[in-house]
Amino acid sequence: MHYSAFRIFKEAMTGNRGWKPAWRDPDPKSEYDIIVVGGGGHGLSTAYYLAKEFGQTNVAVLEKGWIGSGNVGRNTTIIRSNYLLEGNQPFYELSMKMWENLEQDLNYNAMVSQRGILNLIHNDPQRDAYARRGNAMRLSGADAELLDREAVRRMCPFLDFENARFPIQGALWQPRAGTVRHDAVAWGYARGADSRGVDIIQNCEVTGFRIENGRCLGVETTRGAIRAKKVAVCVAGSSSRVMAQAGMRLPIESHVLQAFVSEGLKPIIPGVITFGAGHFYVSQSDKGGLVFGGDIDAYNTYAQRGGLPVVEDVCEGGMALMPMIGRARLLRMWGGLIDMSMDGSPFIDRTDIDGLYFNGGWCYGGFKATPASGYCYAHLVATDRPHPTAAAYRLDRFLRGAPIDEKGQGAQPNLH
Amino acid sequence: MSEQVMTRDQVTREHSAAPAQTARSTQANRISGGFVDRARTLRFTWNGKQLEGHPGDTLASALIANGVRLVGRSFKYHRPRGIFSAGSEEPNALVQLRRGAAQEPNTRATTVELFDGLHATSQNHRGSLEHDLMAVNDLLSPFLTAGFYYKTFMWPKSFWEKVYEPAIRASAGLGRLSGEPDPDVYDHGFLHCDLLIIGAGPAGLAAALAAGRAGLRVILADEDFRLGGRLNSETYTVDDMFGADWAARTVAELGSMENVRVMPRTTVYGAFDHGIYGALERKTDHLPSSDGRPRQVLWRVYSRRALLTAGATERSIAFGNNDRPGVMLAGAVRTYVNRFGATPGRRVAVFTNNDDGWRTARDLAARGVEIAAVIDSRGSGPQQTDGLRVERGRRIIDTAGRKGLKSITLDNGARIDADCLAVAGGWSPNVHLTCHMRGRPVWRDDIAAFVPGGDLPPGMVVAGAANGTMTLAAALRDGHEAAGKIAADLGRAPGSGSAPRASDEAFAITPLWHVGESRKRAWIDQQNDVTTKDVRQSHMDGFRAVEHLKRYTTLGMATDQGKTANILGLAVMAEITGRTIPETGTTIFRPPFTPVPIGAFAGRARGKDFRPYRLTPSHKWAAEQGATFVTTGMWLRAQWFARPGEKGWRDSVDREVRMTRSSVGICDVTTLGKIDIQGRDAAEFLNRVYANAFKKLAVGKVRYGLMLREDGFAYDDGTTARLSETHFVMTTTTANAVLVFRNLEFARQCLWPDLDVHLISTTDGWAQFAVAGPNSRALLSKVVDNVDLSNEAFPFMACTECTVFGGTPARLFRISFSGELAYEIAVPARYGDAMIRGLMKAGEEFDVVPYGTEALGVMRIEKGHAAGNEINGQTTAAMLGMGGMVSKKKDSIGSKLSERPEMNREDDLRLVGFHPVDRSMQLNAGAHFLNKGDPADMAHDQGWMTSVAYSPELGHSVGLGFLKRGQDRMGEIVRAYDPVRGKDYEVRVVAPQHIDPEGKRQHA
Amino acid sequence: MIINHPLLGPRDMAEFVYKGDVCLIDRPDGMQEGIEAFHDYLHLRDNPAGEHRELWYHEQGDRSWLVVTRNTLTHEITDVALARDVARERGRTR
Repeated sequence: MHYSAFRIFKEAMTGNRGWKPAWRDPDPKSEYDIIVVGGGGHGLSTAYYLAKEFGQTNVAVLEKGWIGSGNVGRNTTIIRSNYLLEGNQPFYELSMKMWENLEQDLNYNAMVSQRGILNLIHNDPQRDAYARRGNAMRLSGADAELLDREAVRRMCPFLDFENARFPIQGALWQPRAGTVRHDAVAWGYARGADSRGVDIIQNCEVTGFRIENGRCLGVETTRGAIRAKKVAVCVAGSSSRVMAQAGMRLPIESHVLQAFVSEGLKPIIPGVITFGAGHFYVSQSDKGGLVFGGDIDAYNTYAQRGGLPVVEDVCEGGMALMPMIGRARLLRMWGGLIDMSMDGSPFIDRTDIDGLYFNGGWCYGGFKATPASGYCYAHLVATDRPHPTAAAYRLDRFLRGAPIDEKGQGAQPNLH
Repeated sequence: MSEQVMTRDQVTREHSAAPAQTARSTQANRISGGFVDRARTLRFTWNGKQLEGHPGDTLASALIANGVRLVGRSFKYHRPRGIFSAGSEEPNALVQLRRGAAQEPNTRATTVELFDGLHATSQNHRGSLEHDLMAVNDLLSPFLTAGFYYKTFMWPKSFWEKVYEPAIRASAGLGRLSGEPDPDVYDHGFLHCDLLIIGAGPAGLAAALAAGRAGLRVILADEDFRLGGRLNSETYTVDDMFGADWAARTVAELGSMENVRVMPRTTVYGAFDHGIYGALERKTDHLPSSDGRPRQVLWRVYSRRALLTAGATERSIAFGNNDRPGVMLAGAVRTYVNRFGATPGRRVAVFTNNDDGWRTARDLAARGVEIAAVIDSRGSGPQQTDGLRVERGRRIIDTAGRKGLKSITLDNGARIDADCLAVAGGWSPNVHLTCHMRGRPVWRDDIAAFVPGGDLPPGMVVAGAANGTMTLAAALRDGHEAAGKIAADLGRAPGSGSAPRASDEAFAITPLWHVGESRKRAWIDQQNDVTTKDVRQSHMDGFRAVEHLKRYTTLGMATDQGKTANILGLAVMAEITGRTIPETGTTIFRPPFTPVPIGAFAGRARGKDFRPYRLTPSHKWAAEQGATFVTTGMWLRAQWFARPGEKGWRDSVDREVRMTRSSVGICDVTTLGKIDIQGRDAAEFLNRVYANAFKKLAVGKVRYGLMLREDGFAYDDGTTARLSETHFVMTTTTANAVLVFRNLEFARQCLWPDLDVHLISTTDGWAQFAVAGPNSRALLSKVVDNVDLSNEAFPFMACTECTVFGGTPARLFRISFSGELAYEIAVPARYGDAMIRGLMKAGEEFDVVPYGTEALGVMRIEKGHAAGNEINGQTTAAMLGMGGMVSKKKDSIGSKLSERPEMNREDDLRLVGFHPVDRSMQLNAGAHFLNKGDPADMAHDQGWMTSVAYSPELGHSVGLGFLKRGQDRMGEIVRAYDPVRGKDYEVRVVAPQHIDPEGKRQHA
Repeated sequence: MIINHPLLGPRDMAEFVYKGDVCLIDRPDGMQEGIEAFHDYLHLRDNPAGEHRELWYHEQGDRSWLVVTRNTLTHEITDVALARDVARERGRTR
């Protein structure tokens, strides 16, 4: 069903009785050309691009719960392409360009809102590092500006310029960054994939892989065995658990990343702000809630809930940065399980098992990567060649000595 | 505790002494009874109007007493909204409280204690509350169904970002922040107890009595300011006493027990791991001003056991236009009448699907409030009608009254006039905290509600209505017995006393979630304007899973977190899909139980107190000299020491560099990490943690050490001095001091547990000063006792323990970061202040200067020493030009993985120096390098500038940076591309050592 | 969370720093083993959903490294030992 102004008008006039489900609810077939394991943002966008760009429509997306129940529905909705390293920046810039055309492409309004991101600078080494990063962004065709203190003050007069423990000296500013209505991304891709013939199968958990002679022939699920020529795993947060069923150990730990939203407030924060001297980033949603977050909880967990110390740490950062939010109330907190990789960067790669592909390790970067991840993964799965912008996301990069370590923290996942 | 509870006797006495309504009272709806102190009148302002109430009132009860019905506007359609509940579940009566910087948006009028001078305004309207221009949205509601955003606003493309989105954004939100810093302070506190009881209703009070008498250390917390829960709202009898009096007496007894801490105004907002609960105590919110005291305290409660006695929340029924001001929860109507002596209406109708709703009719009738009718959706229900008009088996399909209820219409077409409708849809146990560790509630048909499942947070027990025990006597017994079991579990004998007695009334319910005959919009989530039509739309669009429903329609996402709404939405979805409610799903809850101010979570950590300051031993002296300080990590360090007449920081820094290089300068370098390493295997240990060899370092010598991470990348560097065969002193960079120590302890305890080596961090134990420049030896000779400082006796990289100023213990190292003849001298930190003063005095004859971190940086860049901008965790020893230092003859941390192929590419980056081709040009760090003629894109990136400085000695800007194959490109000119600064210029590749490349000065 | 330190009793998590899987004790011998063994040691993890033995450092305390046995699904801690003892059990000496 195509969404248009006419359709909205017609339905409103006739009691909104003619709408059709955004996606079907099919039973799994016994065989597909390609099975995508995981109905999150990345899995659904992979299926969408497989169908749309690579003509692969005999595709199923298997989701153990309801689609979009993972991190695509549990993040702080930020999109940006302000990365430093050659392995990352062109990929995230591709993603940004895809966000900019998403609504028209999907005929679904995911409310992409490019209000910009400020990465605040508090000292000279940080300015040097952000200048390096901003220049790298410009080299990859992205937008970046280095702002001085007064420019930041003009943009965000409510920040603490007078009494700060870590005075604000300036910022790296990416005007094209912003936010997206996160759930709608999953829904839009699901609808787009479904309309091109992809079967989206919810409540269907993969419980094993059928592997013979080094080749993956399909999956076992809670709804029976399903054969496939290719199986593309896309289950960030649970990557280790799922890939262990194929006998693989990954350079990944599972951690929980908490996010927070305040009660709805009249607009007061223009774009996205990140506070480098604390652990805090914030934006304001279309409903008026302050959406904010900070660091992951340091320990391995699959519990999908966070601890108090991080809550306090994040709010301390918020109050240090903008003491006007003291009387705003924190309404909800939630935790998303994320794959923390050994260098803070993701994987889009084949595995040693023929026909089995892996996409994961997204750390903090998964949501903003959704379009490019799906596109590049679809490219790899369909053509067996990596897309150029994702060519560095190999599983063997640690063995080769080519980590993509934006923060320079080494093989310690909780520091990335 | 006695100050905050008034017994019914007191109240009645006071009441009879003062007439209910004086001629001048604004309180037209104030009736007799309740727990408000009529002897005192509090004046408050609502939307600019002066009104009156009494101590014991909430803002909501005072508004009701004053006959105010319209208090706000809903989020989407801007529908008129009145007070709906009497507690923290309130979706509608959100107000902006207080003024100026203390302005507090979205505050529930139902939980605000009235105080004298209270100032509140309504929110979320354009124009006045009565004539909200945004109410036009309501007319557009056919278009604004669930999910409409996602289907529209896409044409033409550019209009979304430029027109639609800004318009939507402009109408976002409810209340308004002041934009000024929060003027209040918040504290954090820690409490420990055997048993935390959450909720001081009948079950909680009975439990607290039993636990307290058994000798447990008990904390009893309740969000209300008056403890007793529903006992204060009902006309129950407990132990032959009026229920509220029993509660007051019990609270008084608990208050007298030393092992019980009673915490009113305290919300337990979350359950966390290992018996830790978060609680927010409101200290001054009921007062006109905080007067400098903490407004709120955020407690972390460490409990051995927790008992959840949080009661239950009433829910509504969805029927046509059920959102008008005057349509309220039936239990809340009783609360206003029984507890506050204020009636929400003059002619009240009751709509119920259960026996409990009848209490409202009876209680109100007993207080002289006219009951229009009791509409019981069941054919059954109590047979004794007490003369009330009863409509059995009837449902309400519509209501009338734009800004306040005027009448209701039944499914048989009958219209009944009423200005208040009390809706009793049944009660939902407050299971919220049982879900905070992902526990899932289970459905119970007999009470038509979810109750806690088996997967509770460890250590938690649930009793009373929160556990689905819906009648009074049973709840009292439940609480009493639960506490007894917990006491026994913790090894205590039960205390004396049996469970408080009460008689139970029948509790019967026949679920009715929504009135299907109703054609009008029927609200489920009143704040977010989610109606049954939206649920139907959600179903039609395929959003049928509960979580999809919530996200698609925004059901339960409002500030009340769906406390009264979620179950209705779930039930309607179940009905549409033809499944049962438990088949349709459950909704679980996350912290916080009710919203918590961000300021409370932050506590005192804000402003300058956000993080502590570490001060160097010479800080006081430096401040006296007028130093400018800079933050490096937690440290404050002197950045430069301006002198009169200097026009800017460059003047000062250039002078400090020049004076140091020409005579002598002193810099406090205490911030560098210092680790004392002792033991028979200390040398072996160092040999394993440094990439270069350390085993054969002679006593009395210092060596530069390069440390790798286990992944082979450069991690940290510094010097390590051997003071004896078994004693070394290591220095680390300032930034990595803590981390290196942590890693060394890991290596010592976990990798080589039997090495005889011990570590202690002495960063704060020793004050250390660099004394640099050609006159440094002459200066130190005046200070150091009995050490021959001649080049022969104490050459470059020598060290010794010694004394200074005639006996103060010291350590002397001949090391140089500046490239000059230089020393570092350390004294116990307590002598640091004396030391800097002594050194400066001794240096007067040499025109000694103190220098700060800027001059330090300039000199190390001139000298080509790598620092944090170069050793940034992404670079290898080879990139730094130190590849040869990584010994292949031994196994040290990182040595093996540093051999990985991609880290040893011939065409990799190398650290080199740069001069501007145009010598007047100022270099900037962060510029990228491009070969001349190449396009500016990532594929042609050749590296980047890491550090720059103006060299007073050379008279131009110099830089360090990484350049592909830089070691082979000396003299080449490359392009420094710096678009974020709008700069693009040429630089010449030079050796990183800009001055004294042979190192003659430091060996002098 | 609360960690029951074998020497100091129950301490709040805030006093500790987390490192990761206890397998980080099992560092290969660099004179015997090659890049691949070090690669696996440093980078690959079981990352189990369930019982996990992991290294914590009592940085704001006695500076002991501890091996904590904790369930990653429930966060229940069933054992805490000094890492030095665990290291010796796993065959590490000097």
